Amino acid sequence: MAELAAVVGVGQTKYQTKRSDVSIAGLVREAAVNALKDAELTWDDIDAVIVGKAPDMFEGIIMPEAYLTDALGCNGKPMLRVHTAGSVGGSTAIVAASYVQSGMFKRILTVAFEKQSESNAMWALSNPQPFSPHLNAGAGGYFAPIIREYMRRSNAPYNTGIRVATKDRLHGALNPLAHLKLGEITEEQVEHSGMLWDPIRMLESCPSSDGACAMVIANEELAEQSPKKPAWIRGTAMRSEPTMFAEREEVNPLAGRQCAADVYQQAGITNPRKEIDCAEIYVPFSWYEPMWLENLGFAEEGEGWKLTMDNVTSLIDGGDTPWNPSGGVLSSNPIGASGMIRFAEAAQQVRGECGDHQVPGAKTAMGHAYGGGAQFYAMWIVSADKG
Amino acid sequence: MPQNEPEVLSQAFTLGYTYTRSTGPVVGRFLTGLRERKLIGNQASDGKVYVPPMEYDPKTAEAITDFVDVAETGVVKTWSWVNEPNEKHLLKKPFAFALIQLDGTDVPMLHMVDAGSQEAMSTGMKVQVRWADETQGLITDIACFEPASEEGKVAEKPAVAADLEPVTGVESPIYLEYNFTAGKATAAFLSNIKKGKLTGGKCPECTAVYVPPRGSCPACGVANDENVELTNKATVQSFTIISIPIPGNPIKPPFVVANLMVDDTHQSFLHIVSGCDNSDVRIGMRVEAVWKPEEEWTHAMESIAYFQPIDEPDIPREEIGKLEPSANEPSANEPSANEQPSANEKGEKKDA
Amino acid sequence: MRDIAVVAYAQNPIVRDAGANNEVELIMPVVKQVLKDAGLKDIHDVDFTCSGSCDYLQGAAFAFVAGVDALGAVPPIKESHVEMDAAWALYESILKINMGAAESALIYGFAKSSPGKLAQVLSQQLDPYYYSPLWPDVVSLNAMQARAALDAGVLTEEDMAEVVSRSRANAKSNNKAQLSGDYSVEQLLEEPEYIAPLRKHDCPPVSDGASAMIICTVEKAKEWGLPYAVIKAMDHRIETHNFGARDLTMSESTAIAAEAVGVKSAKVDIAEIHAPFSHQEIILKKALGLDDNTVVNPSGGPLAGNVMMAAGLDRIGEVARRIINGEAKRGVAHATSGPCLQHNMVTVLEAE
Repeated sequence: MAELAAVVGVGQTKYQTKRSDVSIAGLVREAAVNALKDAELTWDDIDAVIVGKAPDMFEGIIMPEAYLTDALGCNGKPMLRVHTAGSVGGSTAIVAASYVQSGMFKRILTVAFEKQSESNAMWALSNPQPFSPHLNAGAGGYFAPIIREYMRRSNAPYNTGIRVATKDRLHGALNPLAHLKLGEITEEQVEHSGMLWDPIRMLESCPSSDGACAMVIANEELAEQSPKKPAWIRGTAMRSEPTMFAEREEVNPLAGRQCAADVYQQAGITNPRKEIDCAEIYVPFSWYEPMWLENLGFAEEGEGWKLTMDNVTSLIDGGDTPWNPSGGVLSSNPIGASGMIRFAEAAQQVRGECGDHQVPGAKTAMGHAYGGGAQFYAMWIVSADKG
Repeated sequence: MPQNEPEVLSQAFTLGYTYTRSTGPVVGRFLTGLRERKLIGNQASDGKVYVPPMEYDPKTAEAITDFVDVAETGVVKTWSWVNEPNEKHLLKKPFAFALIQLDGTDVPMLHMVDAGSQEAMSTGMKVQVRWADETQGLITDIACFEPASEEGKVAEKPAVAADLEPVTGVESPIYLEYNFTAGKATAAFLSNIKKGKLTGGKCPECTAVYVPPRGSCPACGVANDENVELTNKATVQSFTIISIPIPGNPIKPPFVVANLMVDDTHQSFLHIVSGCDNSDVRIGMRVEAVWKPEEEWTHAMESIAYFQPIDEPDIPREEIGKLEPSANEPSANEPSANEQPSANEKGEKKDA
Repeated sequence: MRDIAVVAYAQNPIVRDAGANNEVELIMPVVKQVLKDAGLKDIHDVDFTCSGSCDYLQGAAFAFVAGVDALGAVPPIKESHVEMDAAWALYESILKINMGAAESALIYGFAKSSPGKLAQVLSQQLDPYYYSPLWPDVVSLNAMQARAALDAGVLTEEDMAEVVSRSRANAKSNNKAQLSGDYSVEQLLEEPEYIAPLRKHDCPPVSDGASAMIICTVEKAKEWGLPYAVIKAMDHRIETHNFGARDLTMSESTAIAAEAVGVKSAKVDIAEIHAPFSHQEIILKKALGLDDNTVVNPSGGPLAGNVMMAAGLDRIGEVARRIINGEAKRGVAHATSGPCLQHNMVTVLEAE
């Protein structure tokens, strides 16, 4: 059986369009140092380093982790680099946890990052290869038709996505690290922000950010000695399916449903809506909140939008299941780190370390990331209790 | 239909971007120095002097903050001889890559040596910096190293503008050339497109027809190289109206990109729908391919200019791309037996 | 760590240019083969799947995503990917088994290096401010390492030629090898230098290919009734990226890993060393603590065929295959990543 493991330190950078004050190493270092400080540890306390980021073409460095060994205090230690598209931050956290859960390591550091401003995500994701038969309009162009189909099936009110976009920005305004700080945003503003990929409006889309996120994960013995409250890892799950295949359910992908079922089973959760106090879910386009509410079993199929419209997912409106109290991907999006931020923010909630965006009394939280054509999933459940 | 050996399609392409890097204070300080034709290193807590300066000590991982000026002369510690520079190499004549330990430093740096000939190179030889004619705050402001002159004196340096802001960023043009060869299935598909024919690949196991075929049936993990000839008619499975330009694509927004399911196929692809108001496009709408004039047909989906509506009744969404029931393994879309019940099943228990 | 059984390993013939076989078409045959060899029906019969690849080799972001199309991953599977050699995908899988999250795993690695100019492409693996703007091709970097070792008296040109001669000769019995044949040391030394001090034959060929492996718990291997080799220990370590700060004539990280897995605790019958360049085999043999009683690279090793992102996994597979065949009782496999042996993994395998 897996050894118990817990998050004992979390470090993040400030997220912004361009962190022009640091090198790539400096960016990653900032998150790593913050995580070590949070855990009151030094480089010598770390047994291995697990790094994650999205495609190398974003920064134009092949396997940049090789150049980052000095910055991450990794020389003479094991290092591993994960890449599972947009879900990579979450997958990296899960792989990192497995270093400890395997019983083979006592305490490790994991870091995920993206210095998106070194290039242009749209370019890196749409760069046409010869004979590539697909018309490629970036992530928005890919997901918009799937959202349209969700709207058709669910008959959700047209402003569901607008509600999510507004809510997550108001959450983001409570988070000092968030990229977008739109404390005065209104639904009207979102509605009139212009259609980019109909039905996705500009303010219903995620920004492009520089940033890094890091965590220290320790085994049971060391976690118990940790100065701050640990976030116990109660379940981890990953699932993948091909990008396209005949009769693929794109709106409510089976891989996501199975991944959720797996992680809930590990954590002993039978009713996520009731038993999960808050969740950090990968929502890069606003409509993915109601879609994932259904996919993750927080709502019946076709009814996720009702939770959104009832403000169940709003911290500010006192909803009982706040989603993305940190502001989520809609407020900060360093792609390779975005998944890990979800996982780390879930840990911070159950550690009670979230400050103004703390969900009162949060004991159990979910971190979620997805990637590719909504085909790669990574999820974890963390709790204030060992279980 | 008979399987002909498809033609091999190869085409050169450049994967390239000019990256905009921020340097941070340590790298920036070094590059600022280079722009002024000065070498700046830094000294770690164990006394070791690094040039270029390291942001973090390889031994202790601590930030290195003590900067020191460094000499422009040094010694070759090891080297390789490039007899035939490639198109990316910066020196266009035979040269050496070398690790050069500058006088007063402890850790050699990577750069190039222009010694004229291999015979003039040796481990331990004294070299000196040859500055670029114009400096910009890049590692290439050191044009290369060269054998140290008799007197050990470096040539006069041209004047450098004194009032420039410190270097905080660099541009890195990275352009890599590839010669891309299409996979067999793609090649067969595009060869037919060039002939004005739309074809798909049929999976021998689940019978799904994929257009364009990509080498396998992704659901079954087997080759789907049986070519099936298709009609020009398709159904809109879903769509988006795009209001921003696609980089490198001439089409002017707003335009409709739709997921189109060609008749008797089971996987949609993206193409443009035109020939009607954007607001008239809807899920289930019937369309057909409008091919460009024959002389414009190429090995690309762009041989089809767009799809346009036809006067046929809409198709219910649930029927679009549906496999024949007999072909469908009953368990194909269900969780396998050993999986936990789905999240949604659990959700149902919520209010119980 | 607990004992892990290697029950199946398959490799495509290693070729210079796989031409019109795309990545999916390269991966499908090896995945099919290992499933068949393990007596399994499909990918759902293993608990976890993990792959290793590198986007830049084929020049497309998310190139690995297409790999999933080769698996038949419907219904969905538990799957992950490392942007590294698949030896590290194997490591990730072993963690999963050790934590009890899986009893079996399928690992694959693949690369199509033929579309790009590999030596140039890999220059962009380096420090983006100080190194990569100089476009130091990978052969030049490794030639500097070879010269450092030659100058230090760690090895001679004859030693390097002996490595090549033995590699090509051993590869004659490996029907997957790209390069093989009888070449005497004298004959090899008569060849002109390429990037001095390396000759062309001191460098690995550019290769296309894919490999796959199935591992499981020993209990599972017995349940499946399969012969197996046991992975007893595995460790990997990285060093600083700054070549100047490393002693290039040795491999410190390999030595740490070799010590951690207890290479020297018993006789090593065979070793497969991931030494892409001839001089590195000598450096690594020493770092691993091997003596002349160990047969090194019986497959021919990377000099006979070097599929990026699979060559490290291949070393482990080659040792496992020979143990299963009864040719060896205990073997060591080494995998490397990064410029000039920056990152190294050592695995000890034994007969059941």
